[in-house]
Amino acid sequence: MELSREEIEHIATLCRIGLTEEDTERLQGQLSQILEQFSILNGLDTSEVSATGHWINVTSVMRSDSTEPPFPTEEILSNAPQRTDNFFRVFNVLGEP
Amino acid sequence: MEVTELTIHEVARLLNQKKTSATEITEATLARIREVEPKVQAFVTVTEGHARQAALKADSLLQKELGLPLTGIPVQIKDLICTKGIPTTCASRMLKDFIPIYNATVMERLNEVTPVLVGKGNMDEFAMGSSTENSAFHPTKNPWNLDFVPGGSSGGGAASVAAGECFFALGSDTGGSIRQPAALCGITGFKPTYGLVSRYGLIAFASSLDQIGPLTKDVEDSAIVLNAIAGYDPRDSTSIPGKRPDYTKALQNDVRGLRLGLPREYFGDGVHQDVRNAVMSAASILEAHGAIIEECSLPLTPYALAVYYILAPSECSANLARYDGVKYGFSYPGASSIWEALEKTRQYGFGPEVKRRIMLGTYSLCSGYYDAYYLKALKVRTMIRNELQRAFDHFDALITPTSPTIAFPIGERVTDPIAMYQSDICTIPANIAGIPGISIPCGFSNGMPIGMQIMGKHLSEEMILRIAYSYQQTTDWHSQRPNL
Repeated sequence: MELSREEIEHIATLCRIGLTEEDTERLQGQLSQILEQFSILNGLDTSEVSATGHWINVTSVMRSDSTEPPFPTEEILSNAPQRTDNFFRVFNVLGEP
Repeated sequence: MEVTELTIHEVARLLNQKKTSATEITEATLARIREVEPKVQAFVTVTEGHARQAALKADSLLQKELGLPLTGIPVQIKDLICTKGIPTTCASRMLKDFIPIYNATVMERLNEVTPVLVGKGNMDEFAMGSSTENSAFHPTKNPWNLDFVPGGSSGGGAASVAAGECFFALGSDTGGSIRQPAALCGITGFKPTYGLVSRYGLIAFASSLDQIGPLTKDVEDSAIVLNAIAGYDPRDSTSIPGKRPDYTKALQNDVRGLRLGLPREYFGDGVHQDVRNAVMSAASILEAHGAIIEECSLPLTPYALAVYYILAPSECSANLARYDGVKYGFSYPGASSIWEALEKTRQYGFGPEVKRRIMLGTYSLCSGYYDAYYLKALKVRTMIRNELQRAFDHFDALITPTSPTIAFPIGERVTDPIAMYQSDICTIPANIAGIPGISIPCGFSNGMPIGMQIMGKHLSEEMILRIAYSYQQTTDWHSQRPNL
């Protein structure tokens, strides 16, 4: 299974990872090789098998509907790369910056 | 023998008899770190000031006879477990300056029994790797031979325990990251049943596989630490409800009548001859003490690696989507648009292995490939889990090598991801099935330690501890210390 250059670029766009020319070339080879290893699974018939996410049944945990003190704003913002007043600073998402 | 070579239970006895103090133990440990850390490089951060304060607090408890099982015992914590006010980097440029504002549940539980945190452990970046060479800061060296890797991803934890830089460490195990470095460094590493220990505050890699556990010098220490960290946590939706037993009660030297399986797929061609022989003779020792040893077959074992390298990257690609340079972590300066900011932040914040896995996972989850890769892997996961469950209808535990080889030279596999991934073939099935597994030392080859793995069914921690403890009562591999 050989991945094309375009496929590598498409995956990188989906997961928002910038790649250099060299990265793209290296990943093209490595990912193709790794996917080749996965083909071993095609030899197993799984038509009658259900999927397992976790071995235990995951159920939503409900807590009582009571108030609790939240983290202080300053603490929450203490790791922010950029802030303005009490907000995280982000780029414009819509329209011109 | 230096005090730093002792086990938790040996030091705890000295502390309780007031033959030493937590401050003395802590100073001896910090001195040991200053002495050997330039060679071993097992830490990302050493927390000297914090450790001295914690030691004083421990001493005041010990003076009042209020000492608990881990009071005053120096510990290293893998740098992906959140420690309030202390940097938690995941050994990544992405989180180089991240300081958590809360403690992981395991830290809260551990702090209740007042150990002394001496620092944060080096690791493969975001726990992705089997050699600790993927740390963005520095590779950790194997204390038995500094030219060799300590294993990974909890390589800092395993190396620091083996080198006497702490008395125990907490690591995390997604595909073998506690057991494999424990094997390669000649110590005891225990991955409990998925859900036994809370994952709240453990920075996520692959949420359906990650589990926290202890790295210790022997099995008795492992039970002591497990007592401290295991417990139900409503903040982790996969936490198993109910009380946990006292694991130290399982430390009985008695394997009479236990049925132990040797699955032949774990002893195949890829397994080093010395490793195979050492594990086989360990099984004979258990047999001599009354265990019933039988060969068995788990034909789905060869499929586990592919299942893991589809599931773990898929989950990681989703978990690591949060690193966008907005709320915390590295943020690329000088971008001119949101897209450029995101792409450059992740390009320069993540190292090559992390990017490789995010890419691989993104591909496996892509529309058009989802059924062929991710869903297929989840189905084969069911088959592997069922196969193991059937084995445990017949056997009390399975005995296998932990790693197919002894430690390998630094640099040997780092450019070959497929060769590196092979390091995990014996440990991955336990994560896929959610079952517990321990690695204990069982020999040496060319001066490097060999590990034996004991796996059991879900929540069979006591059975595993009993077998491992029995083995250590009649062998002394776990008492060997490297000469640094």
